Amino acid sequence: MRIRAVAAAAVLASVPVLAACGSGADGADTLTVFAAASLKAPFTELAERFEDANPGVTVELSFTGSSDLVAQLEQGAPGDVLATADTRTMDAAVAAGLVAGEPASFATNTLTIVTEPGNPKNIRMFADLTAEGISVVVCAPQVPCGAATTRLEEATGVDIVPVSEESAVTDVLGKVTSGQADAGLVYVTDAVGAGDAVTAVAVPQAAEIVNVYLVAALENSQSSGRAGDFVRFVTGANGRAVLDEAGFGAP
Amino acid sequence: MSGPSATGLRATGLPRWILVPAAVALLFVVVPLLAMVLTVDWAHFPALVTSPASVDALLLSLRTSAASTALCVLFGVPLAVMLARSNFPGLSVIRGFVLLPLVLPPVVGGIALLYTFGRRGLLGQYLDALGIQIAFTTTAVVLAQTFVALPFLVTSLEGALRTAGSRYEDIAATLGARPTTVFRRITLPLVLPGLVSGAVLAFARALGEFGATLTFAGSLQGVTRTLPLEIYLQRETDPDAAVALSLVLIAVAVVIVATVHSRGKDPVR
Repeated sequence: MRIRAVAAAAVLASVPVLAACGSGADGADTLTVFAAASLKAPFTELAERFEDANPGVTVELSFTGSSDLVAQLEQGAPGDVLATADTRTMDAAVAAGLVAGEPASFATNTLTIVTEPGNPKNIRMFADLTAEGISVVVCAPQVPCGAATTRLEEATGVDIVPVSEESAVTDVLGKVTSGQADAGLVYVTDAVGAGDAVTAVAVPQAAEIVNVYLVAALENSQSSGRAGDFVRFVTGANGRAVLDEAGFGAP
Repeated sequence: MSGPSATGLRATGLPRWILVPAAVALLFVVVPLLAMVLTVDWAHFPALVTSPASVDALLLSLRTSAASTALCVLFGVPLAVMLARSNFPGLSVIRGFVLLPLVLPPVVGGIALLYTFGRRGLLGQYLDALGIQIAFTTTAVVLAQTFVALPFLVTSLEGALRTAGSRYEDIAATLGARPTTVFRRITLPLVLPGLVSGAVLAFARALGEFGATLTFAGSLQGVTRTLPLEIYLQRETDPDAAVALSLVLIAVAVVIVATVHSRGKDPVR
């Protein structure tokens, strides 16, 4: 399995001459999966399992933000399967005629507070994030995790004044793990993935604000049969087990 | 742009085939820019570039780039003079370090700054104890920009100093001028064109800084979200706004390159 750099994929897609040398002619045995950045760990594992179950098949994974994935596919990037981190981006892909059939929901994710290990600032609830001297980092409202943060603020009636609005949830996590910020709002799966580097503080109201992950085979797939197989693999028992372990909720 | 004419090529004895790869290189730069200009949604262009977020980002970018250019001049000029005029073992090693930010991926620079000026950083922990916070402030943006822009000023100024030579400085010294007087009255005026073009290049580099800022300073409207960061964020939801803002950045860059280009004809360079 090869994880191809997203940028390289975008460049190859825009230069047909180079794409011909880069992607190879064995399209039937190679499955290209475009997946949201937050799916990196479980999808890397799932791709390996899929390859084991289907000898001779190679799964190529391309990870980046969901909006970027859709933008790349709209510009003609070749892909067989698309997995997005929210319904808005999948809706955009459907509207652009990229998707074959109905997208299937396969996982959910919710927000949580993360603090430095051991929670030294003693943050117990969402309202504590507005306390004097607490620096909080969140996602910008333009990206899915930021949109969820805005909804959480509305649900709790608490208005956070962040020191930074990052454009990726991984950047929020990075600001907390490096000790720059006291707290951040990230997905539960990011907190699980960070392990001992952070302490998660659950927000009860966050359970109501659920990001639904969707997966679909793509219209332009050169091997639609295999693409359908992979979608079923993700929504089936194998997918559930791997996604569970990474902290994703059931759809 | 005034390229050499066909007669000019023959006169200087350049082989004709050189035109082909040269044209490819030129197109490689021009075509993507053209593609972007053609994508601009002109009907909404004024509205897109004058939104409060866009204006805040542009003003912040200009302000921080000016500040980091000033820092580059303040500390870069003495460094360039030292590199050009002194001769001691290890000088080439020092020059290597000065040039490092040129070849370092900006995000690496950002991480390095984080572990220096961050709250738990080498210097940052003491600053934090003194109540000085750099993370998430405009100061962090200026530091990131200075880090990446400094080599541009130092290298171009050092080149100008070497080309100018030290003849006049030596004569002034023999006539009894003290080192500071020589530096102020001879050295600086002599390489002023080189200093100006170096400063303009540093300003341009600071204006385009993205990776180190994103890693080290964060992103908040009016405080740390410079134009490149705003473009990156707008792309998520409003690609038209991202393209419009990119065009603004290109326009500023073109003005800067044109300034340097006209300076480049100066005899000192």
